[in-house]
Amino acid sequence: MGDGDGGVELDTKRLFEALAREQIPHLYALARRLTDQPEDLVQECLLKAYRSFDTLQAPEAGPRWLQTILMNLFRDRLRKQAISLTEIPVDDVDEFSLFRTIAEEDPFPYSDTLHLDFLHAFGKEDVRAVLLRLPEIYRAPLVLRYIQGFSTKEIAKMLDAPMGTILARLHRGRKLFERELWSYAKENELLEPEDSR
Amino acid sequence: MTERVIPCSEAVRRLWDYLDQTLSPDDLAQVQDHLSFCRRCCGELEFAKELRSFLASAAIDQIPPEAKARLQRFVDEL
Repeated sequence: MGDGDGGVELDTKRLFEALAREQIPHLYALARRLTDQPEDLVQECLLKAYRSFDTLQAPEAGPRWLQTILMNLFRDRLRKQAISLTEIPVDDVDEFSLFRTIAEEDPFPYSDTLHLDFLHAFGKEDVRAVLLRLPEIYRAPLVLRYIQGFSTKEIAKMLDAPMGTILARLHRGRKLFERELWSYAKENELLEPEDSR
Repeated sequence: MTERVIPCSEAVRRLWDYLDQTLSPDDLAQVQDHLSFCRRCCGELEFAKELRSFLASAAIDQIPPEAKARLQRFVDEL
């Protein structure tokens, strides 16, 4: 598809533009949950895709191909952070239970649906903000599994990590997510009655 | 019944894997056995289901128009 010097011919460029235009919202949605700088990641992905557009065999594989490029770029970022990430101290997050904490702290004393009321206090932007509080190494598997719907096997392949590592990160990511939901709700006064916020 | 009876802490640790259907047959049997008599863990399970849906709901949103315009311009200028 390419002309050999890194550019692409006019028709091919149009094909790329059509694919990119269609996929920008999807790529952005994925990037937005992985990083707090989604536009940079999408831009990097589009540039890399443009330069290697001649490796795309079938146009119908385009969306998945772009998503894979974005995930590979994100994985490279994770690798660069690997040393500092392993230095994150192990705390008592494993012991935290959001279900139990809500029951014990009872933030809505007159509610019959305490746990649901807690979740309903969050808007979409709040959920995103909580996700972004998680270290990327835990956030990525969580987003890929529970928001994007990939299997753990696919995630292991995407992030180039053993299945056991992905399962452990998923477990820890879920626990961190629960703990951060609670902290975020308290810090942002989501647990106050609506008329007093 | 031959499987080991597991405590709440262990059952709760496995609830998401139970929902994800990634438990081994032995672990699955232990969790199911625990849920058959523990009301509190059944509550934890229901909450874990809600939390999964809650997390998945974060997927539904739109790209800000200005970010979309900038990215489309970037593609046009390649």
